[in-house]
Amino acid sequence: MAYLQVNSITKQFGGLIAVDNVSFEVEKGEIVSIIGPNGAGKTTVFNMLTGVYTIDNGEIIFDGTPIHNTTPYNVVNQGISRTFQNIRLFPNMRVIENVLVGTHIRTEYGFFDSLFRTPRYKKEEAEKVMHAVDILRDIGLEDRINDYAQNLPYGEQRKVEIARAIATDAKIILLDEPAAGMNPQESEELLRFIRELRDKGYTIILIEHDMNVVMNISDRIYVIDHGKKIAQGFPNEIANNQSVIEAYLGGVKKDA
Amino acid sequence: MDKKMKKDTSKNFIFKMETLIEKYKIPIGIACAAVLLGFPYIGVNQYIMRIAIMIGIYSMLALGLNILTGYTGQVSLGHAGFYAIGAYTASLVSLKLGAGFIVSAIAGATLASFCGLLLGLPTLRLKGTYLSIVTLGFGEIVKMVLMNWDKVTNGTLGLKNIPRPSVFGLKLTLANNGIYYMMLVLLALITLVCILIIKSKIGRAFMSIKEDELAATMMGVKTTRYKVLAFVISAFITGIAGAFYASMIGFIDPNSFTFDISTLIISIVILGGMGTIRGMFVGSAILIAFPEVSRFMMDYRFVVYGIVLVVMMRFRPQGLLGWKSQMPYKFPKLAVQELEKRKKGNMQTQQV
Repeated sequence: MAYLQVNSITKQFGGLIAVDNVSFEVEKGEIVSIIGPNGAGKTTVFNMLTGVYTIDNGEIIFDGTPIHNTTPYNVVNQGISRTFQNIRLFPNMRVIENVLVGTHIRTEYGFFDSLFRTPRYKKEEAEKVMHAVDILRDIGLEDRINDYAQNLPYGEQRKVEIARAIATDAKIILLDEPAAGMNPQESEELLRFIRELRDKGYTIILIEHDMNVVMNISDRIYVIDHGKKIAQGFPNEIANNQSVIEAYLGGVKKDA
Repeated sequence: MDKKMKKDTSKNFIFKMETLIEKYKIPIGIACAAVLLGFPYIGVNQYIMRIAIMIGIYSMLALGLNILTGYTGQVSLGHAGFYAIGAYTASLVSLKLGAGFIVSAIAGATLASFCGLLLGLPTLRLKGTYLSIVTLGFGEIVKMVLMNWDKVTNGTLGLKNIPRPSVFGLKLTLANNGIYYMMLVLLALITLVCILIIKSKIGRAFMSIKEDELAATMMGVKTTRYKVLAFVISAFITGIAGAFYASMIGFIDPNSFTFDISTLIISIVILGGMGTIRGMFVGSAILIAFPEVSRFMMDYRFVVYGIVLVVMMRFRPQGLLGWKSQMPYKFPKLAVQELEKRKKGNMQTQQV
């Protein structure tokens, strides 16, 4: 069984079958991309993985534990976190506070520790702040620690979202169109950054439309169209797959 | 370009002002303490003293509501209900059981926060306006119960001869300024508790819920639990204020805890600045003191509270004191030490 095993998941909204018997697997340390035309059901798959939606059929098993039809809290607790298609930061909170909310689930001190500022509180609060600072430093946002999230340029807001997801001590990070709205230079930087994440041991699942990013970073690709999986394989296989090209692919840029 | 320049200059102004305050915070703090502590001795009469104490009580109420509404974003239009539960419970405990103020107040606040729990739990799923309507209903139900449960609450006649608080046998009254200082102590405690809660993971959880509840959930914040916690804390603080109010004034009836009072509390929070501590004192001072200025103001004060609500939400929703701090984030001491250690480590490697 794979690190993340997704078997025949289906999601139906009334008469509309948004996700139809989709199966895929992700091994530890892989970067797997899910691509497909807009409205294919990719984000719905993410929502099923993260507990936003219940699944009507099938199962999702992470590291041997079923995680389908549980709460988002449970999914994050098991070690899967995500970013959003349209950025959902906490706009009136500072960058560091945004990332600190990511550490919330791993922070053990409670109400009475906060009220009486116990040694446990002081130690853990400092640890979590340092953790957040380190994540932000690694991602190149050290200078933005004090800034309010809504004041950041778009590309940096995306990075903060990723930093926040990392702060949950996730093992698998789901990135939902991280390159959206980025210029070529920013996407290159994103590529580099995702590779660094993988080198650090994270497993990444990517939804992306930017083919430069997808083809250059993915170990494997799954293609979804109209809720169904229509192809899977290595980047070069997908690039040459007729049904994929028909469904979706435009011009593909590949490094040698 | 013009709007951005305006924003930058105001940010600059805020930064300069905050830096000044930070620099002189000790003398400013001492001056404020001196004014507050010396207030009874500058020749104020009982009338002014009463107003000052009411400003204190409404600051407590505002701080309580602020936790729920200003930080967690759950709008309550029925906080007079918790105020009443605190007041009535504390009064009954001290009248019928002869308990002292502290015991009565804790009993009042505990029952109020229990009602906060009962109110919070089923309303978890309700969004925005729907939650507010339910809280409004809660306030009305409390008043109805107080008016009709004659056996316990004495109905519309209310409770009288509620004893003043006494500390170590000394009775605290308006005359000996004991009540005023007790108000200060309670207000200071409540303010401290609010600050301690807000500047912790709990405060961040509250704020994340207000900012984007879905994102908060997806980051592993148990939003339902924290919304209920916000209700409970808010109700507890409001209950304490109610207990103190009853003890100070000696007589309470259901008409002291109407929807108008709920409106007043939320107007204070919005006028002063939702999500700020400082705004609660200023908002309270303004809205409690101003009706005393003229007979006309006094008679129409609830109209004015409503107008304040609407005008503030339209033109300055962040409130009078609701600016965003331009000071850097305050790191915990241990983290500052760690950062210093690293800097020194870096410098040493550079020297080598």
